[in-house]
Amino acid sequence: MEQGSLLAKISEASCNIRSVLEMAGSLQVTLKPEPSVEERELANAAADQYEQNLTVNEDLKQMLESNKDSAKLDAMKRIVGMIAKGKNASELFPAVVKNVASKNIEIKKLVYVYLMRYAEEQQDLALLSISTFQRALKDPNQLIRASALRVLSSIRVPIIVPIMMLAIKEASADLSPYVRKNAAHAIQKLYSLDPEQKEMLIEVIEKLLKDKSTLVAGSVVMAFEEVCPDRIDLIHKNYRKLCNLLVDVEEWGQVVIIHMLTRYARTQFVSPWKEDPASFSAQDISALGMNQDCVIKDGVLEEDNEKDFYESDEEQKEKDQKVKKPYAMDPDHRLLIRNTKPLLQSRNAAVVMAVAQLYWHLAPKSEAGIVSKSLVRLLRSNREVQYIVLQNIATMSIQRKGMFEPYLKSFYVRSTDPTMIKTSKLEILTNLANEANISTLLREFQTYVKSQDKQFAAATIQAIGRCATNISEVTDTCLNGLVCLLSNRDEIVVAESVVVIKKLLQTQPAHHGEIIKHMAKLLDTITVPVARASILWLIGEYCERVPKIAPDVLRKMAKSFTNEDDLVKLQILNLGAKLYLTNSKQTKLLTQYILNLGKYDQSYDIRDRTRFIRQLIVPNEKSGALSKYAKKIFLAQKPAPLLESPFKDRDRFQLGTLSHTLNTKAIGYLELSNWPEVAPDPSVRNVEVIELGKEWSVALGKAKKEKPTEKFYSDSEEEESASTTDTESESTSESEKEKNGKEEGSSMENSESSSEELSDSESESKEGSAKKKFKTTEESDSDDTEKKTKMISKKRESSGSSDSESSSTEESSSDSESESDSESDAESRKHKNAIASKVSSPIFVPMKTHELLHRMSGKGLAAHYHFSRQPCIYGNQMVSVQVTLTNTTDQKLENIHVGERKLPAGMKMHVFNPIEFLEPEESITVSMGIDFCDSTQTASFQLCTKEDHFNVNIQPPVGELLLPVTMSEKDFKTEQGMLTGMNETSTTITVAPQNSTRLVLLEKVVKAANLGVVPSGQDNIHRFSAKTVHSGSLMLVTVELKEGSTAQLIINTEKTVIGSILLRELKPVLSQG
Amino acid sequence: MRIKLLQNRVLLGRQSVSSTCTPLGSTMIHSLFLINSSGDIFLEKHWKSVVSRSVCDYFFEAQERATEAENVPPVIPTPHHYLLNVYRHKIFFVAVIQTEVPPLFVIEFLHRVVDTFQDYFGVCSEVVIKDNVVVVYEVLEEMLDNGFPLATESNILKELIKPPTILRTVVNTITGSTNVGDQLPTGQLSVVPWRRTGVKYTNNEAYFDVIEEIDAIIDKSGSTITAEIQGVIDACVKLTGMPDLTLSFMNPRLLDDVSFHPCVRFKRWESERILSFIPPDGNFRLLSYHVSAQNLVAIPVYVKHNISFRDSSSLGRFEITVGPKQTMGKTVEGVMVTSQMPKGVLNMSLTPSQGMHTFDPVTKLLSWDVGKINPQKLPSLKGTMSLQAGTSKPDENPTINLQFKIQQLAISGLKVNRLDMYGEKYKPFKGIKYMTKAGKFQVRT
Repeated sequence: MEQGSLLAKISEASCNIRSVLEMAGSLQVTLKPEPSVEERELANAAADQYEQNLTVNEDLKQMLESNKDSAKLDAMKRIVGMIAKGKNASELFPAVVKNVASKNIEIKKLVYVYLMRYAEEQQDLALLSISTFQRALKDPNQLIRASALRVLSSIRVPIIVPIMMLAIKEASADLSPYVRKNAAHAIQKLYSLDPEQKEMLIEVIEKLLKDKSTLVAGSVVMAFEEVCPDRIDLIHKNYRKLCNLLVDVEEWGQVVIIHMLTRYARTQFVSPWKEDPASFSAQDISALGMNQDCVIKDGVLEEDNEKDFYESDEEQKEKDQKVKKPYAMDPDHRLLIRNTKPLLQSRNAAVVMAVAQLYWHLAPKSEAGIVSKSLVRLLRSNREVQYIVLQNIATMSIQRKGMFEPYLKSFYVRSTDPTMIKTSKLEILTNLANEANISTLLREFQTYVKSQDKQFAAATIQAIGRCATNISEVTDTCLNGLVCLLSNRDEIVVAESVVVIKKLLQTQPAHHGEIIKHMAKLLDTITVPVARASILWLIGEYCERVPKIAPDVLRKMAKSFTNEDDLVKLQILNLGAKLYLTNSKQTKLLTQYILNLGKYDQSYDIRDRTRFIRQLIVPNEKSGALSKYAKKIFLAQKPAPLLESPFKDRDRFQLGTLSHTLNTKAIGYLELSNWPEVAPDPSVRNVEVIELGKEWSVALGKAKKEKPTEKFYSDSEEEESASTTDTESESTSESEKEKNGKEEGSSMENSESSSEELSDSESESKEGSAKKKFKTTEESDSDDTEKKTKMISKKRESSGSSDSESSSTEESSSDSESESDSESDAESRKHKNAIASKVSSPIFVPMKTHELLHRMSGKGLAAHYHFSRQPCIYGNQMVSVQVTLTNTTDQKLENIHVGERKLPAGMKMHVFNPIEFLEPEESITVSMGIDFCDSTQTASFQLCTKEDHFNVNIQPPVGELLLPVTMSEKDFKTEQGMLTGMNETSTTITVAPQNSTRLVLLEKVVKAANLGVVPSGQDNIHRFSAKTVHSGSLMLVTVELKEGSTAQLIINTEKTVIGSILLRELKPVLSQG
Repeated sequence: MRIKLLQNRVLLGRQSVSSTCTPLGSTMIHSLFLINSSGDIFLEKHWKSVVSRSVCDYFFEAQERATEAENVPPVIPTPHHYLLNVYRHKIFFVAVIQTEVPPLFVIEFLHRVVDTFQDYFGVCSEVVIKDNVVVVYEVLEEMLDNGFPLATESNILKELIKPPTILRTVVNTITGSTNVGDQLPTGQLSVVPWRRTGVKYTNNEAYFDVIEEIDAIIDKSGSTITAEIQGVIDACVKLTGMPDLTLSFMNPRLLDDVSFHPCVRFKRWESERILSFIPPDGNFRLLSYHVSAQNLVAIPVYVKHNISFRDSSSLGRFEITVGPKQTMGKTVEGVMVTSQMPKGVLNMSLTPSQGMHTFDPVTKLLSWDVGKINPQKLPSLKGTMSLQAGTSKPDENPTINLQFKIQQLAISGLKVNRLDMYGEKYKPFKGIKYMTKAGKFQVRT
């Protein structure tokens, strides 16, 4: 044996060397290691590509079939290359799938890649690979188990849903956290394949959420977000644990968890923002003074609060007490905010952004400022990261200028920035502008206006306009600056300036006659339609201020009317109308001339407008009451346009989301709920020791554990007695409970740290009750405690990790014991199987015949078959089939026999003896035996007469692959107990009302599948048992009727594929009438 | 004609997209397409059901609109998908997603993919990716499971799939062994997920490079508008076993804002300002930091410029001189001056006092490779520009971008105090190098 393999190796090696030499030869010629077939193919004309393709695939098939790994590997590599290029390689499926069990890891991996890509298209063939994965799921190596689960769950074939479900359930209880992590990933895959599994998947999620491994946390929260984001109740018990694990979770998991916890916190805690204004930081106050409406709109302040602002702190306090109870932050709320802070230092931009949005949406306004520094740091990153971060900063900077003001210069634009980055920065600079920095900013803007990037220059002019309206001190300066730009050589700049000036003049309806005059002159040179239209509108609107110029402009415009853009024409009409109303003496004729021109214009809009204006302003007998008011209509005071940031409305989306970036709701966006008025019961997050102890601690060190807990209790009691106020004791007792849950199974150091945390939350509630009067001192205090906590929790971190390790090893050892137990169980089960399964005679059911050969296609020979449900006389592993042959011709049919057989591997068939002759109108029934190997594969064969042969095939329904077995209820239960876990498939079905009686149900089930009825003691549970014909594996079916016409259908069998198919077939039987 | 074709493509795209769309897109990253600068999709990978490559037509549309590669928006919505892309090494990495997801999550991941490729193959280019398509595929398979990142640490990936080397390729063909590691990695399961176990070296060494970059905008008159220092500490650690290192600074207060490799113990930094970590094996970025803007930043070079266009004549004058300013006695080297000249400049005839210069009349990009600055003889570039006749003079003088390097100097003054190793017995060889570079250093003229 060994020698043989050695020889094989040697020959393989020599072969390889030859191929290397060949390769070397080709290297010299082409300098390419592999002149791939694809390349050659490309070189060829498209016409013979198809042919070529065929031969290529033939070639690959041969390589895959060879018994040399190197050839197989080579073939697989080329196939993967084809997949990568997007070429179709699906026809190689049968050849590839055979290699799924290859010993060579790389071949195996590449086959996996192939399977995941094509399994969906070739579902039947993909099933062949399933058993390999099922075997691997039981491998002692955790990495093999994990990868088997990964691939199995990635094969999107609906029929294996029950198998996947089982595998996930099994894996979610695996000892290895890595396997459990993969189980969490598989949940999402299964859910997208079959959403009906939701309920069961939620159970698994619930279980995995309790997992304490940092490896699992991110993945299971991801699954939670995909499958059941609304089941916030599942989080309660795990909230504190997630907060505490967060720092150690891998970075991608952190992002997901933080986003989820943000949503959670918004439903569970009350708003920390309704503080009295005295607690505002100086920055916020300055922001408030400057941009009051903005802050108030934000809901930070109610109006009465705003008045109170100027009253003394004392009065404020009194009032506040009357109005509402003082705000004290929930310790859990604080826990989240505190534990996410270190993540601002992450190297991963997504994590930093996630924390930033969490602070923005959850933290008290005075604390949110700490994220700005980290966000600004991200601006050093790649273009794409910059783009997203700048957008988020833009939204933030509208509401809270103070946050980013110190970093103003970080947003200065460089000439090398891409345009989209430039405009985002400009947006932020505009948002941050205030009296203090506006002069610096305007100087900076002047540089930008001269930029060679004209699109950006135009955006800068808009920005100047916005600054001018927002900050009244600089309006005049800005206006002057913009007027200077009117003499710029670049048309786009001038046009943009005109538009902005127009808006500015409208908001500042003072005497700006000079500017209007200046602009009127521009009409001679400027050609951009928007700008011309703007100037005309301005002159029309303020025609009374420039009484001499306006008619002249109209004259000029009348001359050029026909050559103008539609936009300009409309404004000329407007100008004419307005002048007609104010200065009809000079402009009557001109206006009428223009109206006549407009009447015959090509554009509908212009003609409509002309008609409208003529009716309104030119008095005639038809014009009604409206023309009296023409002046009021045309020369009404128009509201000034609001120059707003385009980011104004983005705050409706959660920061850092795709929806925010796009400013539209993306598919699957979850709305961030508003703070609740009253906080829901916080005790739901308390975790009881007992419950968890039952679940997780495997009878280890119980005695050890008790001691420190006791000490911890006494410790905290001391703390408690030291505290006095009501809220305080409340919060301590709460966090005490929290400790119990979080630190179960922990050692002494942990209790130490927990007491630290206690004091922390204590100081917080104090902070709340002490009414911010001593804000500054309080703050420094809490700072100190925070530092202390950090030091200690660091200590805990190290001790904690070693702790969890040791516990997990202990856990594993005890569990492996139980595993070996179950193994010995399996042994005994096999033994018992032999005794228990006595084949019973089938229950009589009406015979169901299937057509084998129609008389038309059989040239008069018709054939039908049915499954007799009797043990086959030809062999133990065969299913007996009765074939009825009928002669419908008017002649004798001679020598009817079975010809060539085409059977899948492993299948056997016992044919009937040839029939010498069959008289007309006569029929004969013969019996055959077919060994289907416990699969629903088709048996194809030829039915021959003397002259002809017809291809026919028999495909067994899964129910016919069984033989009923008698057993007692007790036996059934013991057998069932051994076939749990992977071997169990179940589903919930709705049962049609007429099926719920015992007799009907039995009849229906037995009709569908050859099952034996097990006598049952309960009315609502029906049991059936059978064994598979080929292998004799037990097949146990349980139908448990429940309230509300639902039923649980459970199948226990080692043959999981057959089991799941049977499950599928029984479903409609019971649910249909 | 071209437009019509494109429209057709788009139309086709829409149809097939709607047909392949699955009702539940529970994947973060559905598919990945790699597109080169000429618009060919040369690699595609799907982590769930296949998304037709015609979805990329929306990307091509956006690309056409953006004119320049760097102006392509990173997020492009389409009727059924969202395309998030990053552009690096002249390749667009386009991820297809179907549902709400933090965009930075995807972008950061794509960058990580590029970094991994670079790490594996030395360079990341279309040719290299095409040549190593199998390894690329295997790596991508490990990096994402069902669209969610699985193994992104390069240390772990390299254990799972060995990077190709010439030697290994030859050995593989002779022995029939493969790129896939036969030893399954343990790193992913250990407490120190970023470090593989069983590392062995004969020479144990640990090198740290402190590299600082100055970002600055200097105005016309030579005064600083804004200047910041951003630094990184890159490490190359080749130590046996599981060493536990601590690195301390003389002046840690300088570091205003830091971000760490996950290996650094954050709590220790918070309390003692000491970097304590079990390093990954090989090259990694230990830390990046920012030196607060409040500190005055020393600007090591200055640029004297005299660029003038005249309205009447078609000739302009151009003269720049580069000189050292606050260099702490070190030489400034690797100086490179680039400037984007206005469109009206037809050509330039210049003479440098040292180094080489080029002007591309098509892109209007002037670049001058100066080299070392000799304080005794300052390098200068003088000459004339010929302008397009008839057009008026440009509004703005061009901005000058500067690159330079100063060895053995951290401009912020940051100094490493000491490096200690615990947990292993041997004595490692330690080395620390300082360098200052120009980051985004611009001089407005």
